[in-house]
Amino acid sequence: MSDTLRFRDDEAADEPAVSLDAFFDQPEADSVRIEAGEDVTVLFPHLSRVRLVEIDFPRFRDGRGFSTARMLREAGYTGELKATGDVLVDLVWFMRRCGFDSFAPDVAIDPAVLEASLARYPNVYQNAADGAVPIWKLRHPDLANG
Amino acid sequence: MYKYDQYDQAMVDARVEEFRDQTRRRIEGHLTDDQFKPLRLKNGLYLQLHAYMLRVSIPYGTFDSRQMRKLAHIARTYDRGYGHFTTRQNIQYNWIKLQDAPDILGELATVEMHAIQTSGESVRNVSADQYAGAAADEIMDPRPWAEAIRQITNFMPEFSYLPRKFKIAVIASPVDRAALRWHDFALRIVRNDAGEIGFEVYAGGGMGRTPFIAHKIRDFLPTGQVFSYLQAVLRVWNRHARRDNIHKQRMKILVHELGQEEFARQVEEAFEHFLPLGQDIPPAEYDRIAAYFTPPPFLDGLSEEIDLSDPAFAAWVRRQTVAHKAPGYAIANISLKPVGGIPGDISADQMDLVADLADRFSFGEIRATHAQNLVLPHVARQDLHTLWQELRAAGLADANLDLVTDIIACPGLDYCTLANARSIPVAQRIAERFADLERQEDIGELKIKISGCINACGHHHAGNIGILGVDRKGTENYQLLLGGSGDEETSQAKITGPGFDEEGVVDALERAVEHYRAVREPGERFIDTYRRLGMDGFKEAIYV
Repeated sequence: MSDTLRFRDDEAADEPAVSLDAFFDQPEADSVRIEAGEDVTVLFPHLSRVRLVEIDFPRFRDGRGFSTARMLREAGYTGELKATGDVLVDLVWFMRRCGFDSFAPDVAIDPAVLEASLARYPNVYQNAADGAVPIWKLRHPDLANG
Repeated sequence: MYKYDQYDQAMVDARVEEFRDQTRRRIEGHLTDDQFKPLRLKNGLYLQLHAYMLRVSIPYGTFDSRQMRKLAHIARTYDRGYGHFTTRQNIQYNWIKLQDAPDILGELATVEMHAIQTSGESVRNVSADQYAGAAADEIMDPRPWAEAIRQITNFMPEFSYLPRKFKIAVIASPVDRAALRWHDFALRIVRNDAGEIGFEVYAGGGMGRTPFIAHKIRDFLPTGQVFSYLQAVLRVWNRHARRDNIHKQRMKILVHELGQEEFARQVEEAFEHFLPLGQDIPPAEYDRIAAYFTPPPFLDGLSEEIDLSDPAFAAWVRRQTVAHKAPGYAIANISLKPVGGIPGDISADQMDLVADLADRFSFGEIRATHAQNLVLPHVARQDLHTLWQELRAAGLADANLDLVTDIIACPGLDYCTLANARSIPVAQRIAERFADLERQEDIGELKIKISGCINACGHHHAGNIGILGVDRKGTENYQLLLGGSGDEETSQAKITGPGFDEEGVVDALERAVEHYRAVREPGERFIDTYRRLGMDGFKEAIYV
């Protein structure tokens, strides 16, 4: 595994993330790992003790983790949200929009390609978990705060 | 017609540069073929038998003369001088070089076109009634909502890697010209008892190897909540679809396995969750989009009368034109199904001509249909004769709309890596067999649809007569199906029995058609007779 790319200023959790089952067995655990296909909603009542959630992408074409991430953010989770596994540079912009703020890809990402990729799209069409203002709202500035 | 503003243009321009960079990284070896494949697919680029194929999006089938001229230019410059209109109202080019693809996307962007999400596991180009904005029977123009859907569903971050493709259709008429219930997600604009406009919602349809007709999952959805609802549908599917077998990942499979009621219940739950999250566009944004679809400046006081003394012209008017909402106007269909031709194919010169005719006679507007034909939506009836003469000179005046030679066919083994059998030659043999127009008119409406493999791109499940090409012990074999329909009485075609070789399937089809002529009751179309008699009523005639 390559180094973690982090888009947060706080200190990273130092305990390794444990499986969902282990998380419920260990009341002191604050880092949890969610595999593709696991139901994230079981974690919602316990978010106050979570500092790190890792969401694994076993294959880049398995897009379940995008929904998992966004649902966590919609449930009010503000801690670190890390994408692990088959994380490719062309996915990172979408992952950032879904609320991921750190990345531990199996294969290192070229920083120059990533920088260009994250800067490429000037705007977005949809509301998501990143707070970007959608184009439909920009078109109606009188509604911008509505 | 919709016009890009600076935001739309910037998004499409950024997409071109992104794909240029991705193509460069592939050519330089930084991306594996496996990694590049979904990226190119989401820009419409397939690898076919002989070359790359590029599928260009024509959102809801509406485009204009300027865009058609650009499509002609691309056909001449980057392809072999022609293009192919598809069953999803798009156009594809069959002879593209990978290194040219970013430049082609760049050219398309100059005329407000793109190939975004025309393939791959994504929300595809939204389709619509090809007569939208012109049809006499529509409640309203469905295209403003289709355009809003285009914008919202492009680059959806949460649904970047859906389990499979996802196809949406929108109509606003009681008559279904868009094969609504063969889509993953479909909206029919309706008016409720209180007079409010909303959507009737269908989900879980699709063809392919496991065909399902979509179920109605909601009677009335307020239009202003459609993006909350659509995201709820996508989220339920994205989370719960199988990921272990690509042939069982379409949403239709999930809807079938959960049952429509349980699926609808889960969607409603997710919908309630999304509603307060600000996903939906405000009325002001709908109004902004709708303003682009105000009707063109129709002339008042035009005569409905036209001189039909020329029988060939009269036949064309009878067959190819449809009632328009504005007095004195007609909707004119242009057949891309000449006998012996390739269904949906059009040369660059013909594209330029259609563009000129659109400018002269249809306020510059053109439509592509899911039956692989074109439409000039707003033609003054007094101009029809001149239009017909111009079309005839270019080989575009066939009068066979919805007749036995108006065949839908996939590219088949002539182009496609998935195909087991050729489709185009079968379509050509059938058209030649039934070339006599008088016989075609006597047979009446009969929709034939041909697929070269079980993936069903030629819509054989929805054919009044369907043909499915399969590979049997290394030779092409064709199954015959009867009774399918894509209209408001949607039905799935059933296999008649043992398959045939290429010549044999044309003979069998002809026997089925002649049997229909022998046993039909007055006013019955082929599909009506089939529904009355069932398969047993045809089987003996087919297997003599």
